[in-house]
Amino acid sequence: MSTQPSTPGAPGTTPAAVRSFSEVSVGDALPAMTVHVDRARLVQYAGASLDRNRIHWDEPFARAVGLPDVIAHGMFTMGSAVTLVTAWVGDAGRVVEYGVRFTRPVVVPYDAGADIEVSGVVKSADPETKRVTVELTATATGEKVLGRALAVAVLD
Amino acid sequence: MPVNADFQGRVYPPTETYRVSAAKIREFAEAVGSADPVHVDAEVARARGYADVIAPPTFAVLIAQQCDGQLIRDPEAGIDFSRVVHGEQRFVHHRPLTAGDAVVGTLHVDTVREAGGHAMVTTRTELATEAGEAVCTATSTIVIRGAE
Repeated sequence: MSTQPSTPGAPGTTPAAVRSFSEVSVGDALPAMTVHVDRARLVQYAGASLDRNRIHWDEPFARAVGLPDVIAHGMFTMGSAVTLVTAWVGDAGRVVEYGVRFTRPVVVPYDAGADIEVSGVVKSADPETKRVTVELTATATGEKVLGRALAVAVLD
Repeated sequence: MPVNADFQGRVYPPTETYRVSAAKIREFAEAVGSADPVHVDAEVARARGYADVIAPPTFAVLIAQQCDGQLIRDPEAGIDFSRVVHGEQRFVHHRPLTAGDAVVGTLHVDTVREAGGHAMVTTRTELATEAGEAVCTATSTIVIRGAE
């Protein structure tokens, strides 16, 4: 991974990474992506997030509580979907607000795992504050898994 | 057992301090697939004006869910964890969570309501540094499914 050359400690040194507000318009589409999730990924997320609920990795347990199979953490879907925005903005620290509704679980079969399709559109842009609101769409097996998914980022 | 509506408006005392580490930030960023070097490379982070590596936007859930545990584990609240589904989640960042931060969370139970045989509880965790600087507001709605 390359980083922009910079003078350490120099005031005002900023890698030219953050998207400029002037190049963004309402209606712009962000580059879409596919997030593949399998059981190993869910175990990884369980450890990282400390959310070790067994419905996210233990298939017999998930079925015993009435689920069709293991399901992904809603917070995994939320956290991976927003990488579409942070990559487009150029700095994860510029996302100042982010909210979602969890409309449907992402079912993660043992063999195939699941693909979450993520896309995003600029819904509003405020020239005064250089804040843009991106609406994210995330689907799995053709159905929306997030609702009202809005991320607000401050651009340069 | 129904969820105890008397809990609406309750505010818990601040939690023990949670120390944000570079190692946990890296682990979380890898788990959600965030490739931004600002999570793992302190030089990149400093060049962008941060004190150290910063956490991805949803990292705060890790601390907020520990705060929520005070309510969920309270037998008087009447929340059956095996019937809990995450309904909504929202973060407002006053600034990014940064490695080295020592933060405390204050849990607020904003609403407790019943709808369609289910209970819905909205909690808000205010994360601030030990010195009192506001860092993040994390709001969560859980749905406790009613008996079939």
